[in-house]
Amino acid sequence: MDSLTYTATGLGKAIKEGRLTAVQALEAVFARIEESEELYHCYVTLEREKAFERAAAVQKKIEAGELTGPLAGVPFAIKDNICTEGIPTTCSSKILQNFVPVFDAEAILKLKQAGAVIIGKTNMDEFAMGSTTETSYFGVTKNPSNPAHVPGGSSGGSAAAVAAGECFAALGSDTGGSIRQPASYCGVVGMKPTYGTVSRYGLIAYGSSLDQIGPLTKDVTDCAAVLETISSHDPKDSTSMERGDTDFSAALLEDVQGMRIGIPRDYFGEGLDPQVKAAVLKAAKVLEKKGALLEEFDLSLVEYAIPAYYTIAAAEASSNLERFDGVKYGYRADAEELHAMYKKTRSEGFGPEVKRRILLGSFVLSSGYYDAYYLKALRVKALIKKAFDAAFAKYDLILGPTAPATAPKLGESLADPIKMYLGDIYTIAVNLAGLPGISVPCGKDDKGLPIGLQLIGDCFQEKTLIRAAYTYEQTAKQEGN
Amino acid sequence: MANEISDKTIEYAAALAKLELSGEEKEQAKKDMGRMLDYIDQLNELDTSQVEPLCHLFPVRNVFREDVVVNGDESEKLLKNAPEQKDNMFAVPRTFD
Repeated sequence: MDSLTYTATGLGKAIKEGRLTAVQALEAVFARIEESEELYHCYVTLEREKAFERAAAVQKKIEAGELTGPLAGVPFAIKDNICTEGIPTTCSSKILQNFVPVFDAEAILKLKQAGAVIIGKTNMDEFAMGSTTETSYFGVTKNPSNPAHVPGGSSGGSAAAVAAGECFAALGSDTGGSIRQPASYCGVVGMKPTYGTVSRYGLIAYGSSLDQIGPLTKDVTDCAAVLETISSHDPKDSTSMERGDTDFSAALLEDVQGMRIGIPRDYFGEGLDPQVKAAVLKAAKVLEKKGALLEEFDLSLVEYAIPAYYTIAAAEASSNLERFDGVKYGYRADAEELHAMYKKTRSEGFGPEVKRRILLGSFVLSSGYYDAYYLKALRVKALIKKAFDAAFAKYDLILGPTAPATAPKLGESLADPIKMYLGDIYTIAVNLAGLPGISVPCGKDDKGLPIGLQLIGDCFQEKTLIRAAYTYEQTAKQEGN
Repeated sequence: MANEISDKTIEYAAALAKLELSGEEKEQAKKDMGRMLDYIDQLNELDTSQVEPLCHLFPVRNVFREDVVVNGDESEKLLKNAPEQKDNMFAVPRTFD
């Protein structure tokens, strides 16, 4: 069999059983990269030599019985805002184009301990600000389903790499939908865990109260295995949670009998593409047939999530990105005097979308405007959290589309930022409330572009999400959808 | 609605953000920020007078640890990324005359 058709866990198993080696799997991935990377441009950096050295070392450990986990020997792609020791980490920005971290992010350490082989760093919107991967300093990534379309964003390179077979699984980060939306556009599985589940240590911060690292994978089984591997309580991230229930693979059960699923009417109104709507409702019916109890309800406040989010995310970004000043790492512009150097470095180093957000963020945090904008947004965030709490008092999970439409064409989105922001309407509130959410492929539109089903759970209810997502995936597969 | 951003406001925001805007960038930034604030002003449709701002999703507690050094001297490693260094320190342009 073509080794690229394996899922990540399928490949891990095949390597363990001696059907192929980690080196052979890597050869297959690099052969694919050579064929398709020029067209798709999923990666900012590829580390071929290091990856082969690592695969050979991992193979020895597998044969010696030292590495026995499900991901040992599996080639991984990593979003370029997650620090990898000795491998450039650019955030797809000019300001970090020469930055080589001297340490690994905690999630990377966990992957390495599990025997994963990192092959490169994937393209993204600059500093994760964008929904199409078009704000990258290093050029656009194309959607493997149709290269005239964007892969989504901001983790567009990771989603496209998984979809194109240029890796077996990837890590992304999700601040307002940046894992789930590109997963939806590229036809792969993507999950944002509950805030605090995966350590943010070594994730270059955008909106610290919203950011989470999560998996982008070929199927739900892989998603559970990767999430299980990277979840940890990390004293180096003070918002990291201590939770004892991260054996997510145990939730891979085909059973939704009696599961109460709420379908928010406000997620199916104006602005939703009719083909997306039909595919998502069809997926809901699949779960209903398996015994889930569906009910429509009004979530409320949906349209307020985007303005609240952009206020909070921009505020946090303006503070987080202050560190890029040309002193300790990254790009430095020539200037005679220190203050002029800061300004010139940042003005030349950041792209337009980043500047737009840090200007807005600086403004909403400035004295005189702080209460009216920033605190107001935090009050609305409280209301949104309350609306979700009320929903989860009645339902085990919420079901809806991941994005209002399938992937737009390249070049259509950046001209109108607010229109681009509206594409995040179903994903953004999940970050504000810290909830887990998963996007699972649920069909294609008449242009052949993938559609994503989003399941949202209450805090710490990843297992419910995985169980429902797995049930849907397995049933749809049996029915030949 | 319809926020008009003045030169003074955008210059103030740019100073806080440590950004230098060209004339063209400044005009665009004024337009962009005005549009975003119009959009954000939707939040005023909601009565939040009785709502506390939600900063942390989960009950907040201080995370303490013992003040013990666990890593060695990494200055050489850390300086590898420095645009300029001198005598094992980060070097910067002059700060005053």
